Amino acid sequence: MREFSVSILTDAIARLCVEANCVLPRDMQTRIEEARATEPWETAQGILDKIIENYGIAEQNTVPICQDTGVCCVFLKIGLDVHLHGDLRAAVDEGVRRGYRDGYLRKSVVADPLRRVNTGDNTPAMLYTELVPGDRIELTVAPKGFGSENMSRLAMLKPSDGVEGVKAFILKTVEEAGPNPCPPIVVGVGLGGTFDKAAYLAKKALMRSTDERNADPYYAALEAELLDRINALGVGPQGFGGRTTALAVSIEWMPTHIAGLPVAVNINCHVTRHKTAVL
Amino acid sequence: MEKHIQLPITREIARTIKSGDACLLSGVIYTARDAAHKRLCELADAGKPLPFDIENATIYYVGPTPAKPGQVIGSAGPTTSYRMDAYSPTLIALGETGMIGKGKRSPEVVEAMKRYGAVYFAAIGGAGALLSSCIKEAEIVCYEDLGAEAVRRLRVEDLPVVCVIDSDGNNLYESGRSAYLRSQN
Repeated sequence: MREFSVSILTDAIARLCVEANCVLPRDMQTRIEEARATEPWETAQGILDKIIENYGIAEQNTVPICQDTGVCCVFLKIGLDVHLHGDLRAAVDEGVRRGYRDGYLRKSVVADPLRRVNTGDNTPAMLYTELVPGDRIELTVAPKGFGSENMSRLAMLKPSDGVEGVKAFILKTVEEAGPNPCPPIVVGVGLGGTFDKAAYLAKKALMRSTDERNADPYYAALEAELLDRINALGVGPQGFGGRTTALAVSIEWMPTHIAGLPVAVNINCHVTRHKTAVL
Repeated sequence: MEKHIQLPITREIARTIKSGDACLLSGVIYTARDAAHKRLCELADAGKPLPFDIENATIYYVGPTPAKPGQVIGSAGPTTSYRMDAYSPTLIALGETGMIGKGKRSPEVVEAMKRYGAVYFAAIGGAGALLSSCIKEAEIVCYEDLGAEAVRRLRVEDLPVVCVIDSDGNNLYESGRSAYLRSQN
């Protein structure tokens, strides 16, 4: 049994908020540079060059890659042999509060979806906790911009719609989003479970490194096929036309009801940010 | 080749800027997002004056990050424009001639642009660190309580934008995509 005060989470989250917002993950940099190398359309090449220049400036000067520093999603995997002392929710929010204040990040959260008064400190975090074996805590901070979040969709398909129905829904979602989510995008797909689990899986898919494909060869092949088909749509970087509409498609799935085929598509932009630490 | 445009954009100048033109904007622009647009339109609907001169004004849809010490402004890329669609026709009728954002616009906005003479530019979404280097001065004009969404007056130099929709209604999101797809067949 390891004993922790929840304040250890506050410090780690504050640091990760800044790092996640200012340094684009290496796998994303690699995807963008690969896309630049294979992009045949001149306008698109020019935009990818600017995107590469932008994350270079952000990392060098420790400034946010994008002004939408997002709502702060925090994923905690807590080992069952860990004993945490204190108020977990308060400790997480304090980490976000400090990170967004000290890192000069934008406060983009309103306290109430209808009355819309800014909370002023980017809290509360969107907090997910999971209990896992072991005596460690793994925490991931993922700032989520809403240009792409707003273009995300969920459908409760019928089992008879099958894999073709799933593909059609994903392609339609990306095509209708067009230029709005700041392509090139990363597409997170959640399949199965219930209405809410499908959405969660889609978000979780965006946390996976784009260096990794689904462990199941069937789903890895589906990810590859969807990426090719999305990149044949012609939307291109920023929607001005071109090959590079998406940089990766990641699918997460789980068992579901005999009557259902939930599919959720969570879209992220080329500034797909997440940073993980293990305590 | 990029077109250098000195702001303000008059209705006559607006008519000369065409969909697909890469432009470098220099001069004064104003920032406003959804919350500020709502307030501006409420004033307009009540027949009250706006807190800045809307005649020939260009509005940039941006909510920047806070400036670090020594910075003019933080990261400052465009936000998605369709959220302003409900308000833009009112502002265009009052004299707004330029809009900078990213993403699609409604038929109502395009109709107002054609009728009065206005242009819609896109800046690169997600390139906020790069774009902020073109902003030389920034000051809050009004609605400070909105935080990042306050209206700011910015002086920009060579702000890189692309005209997506021109005052004839031509749309780069449609023409660019079809030109690329044709090139692949």
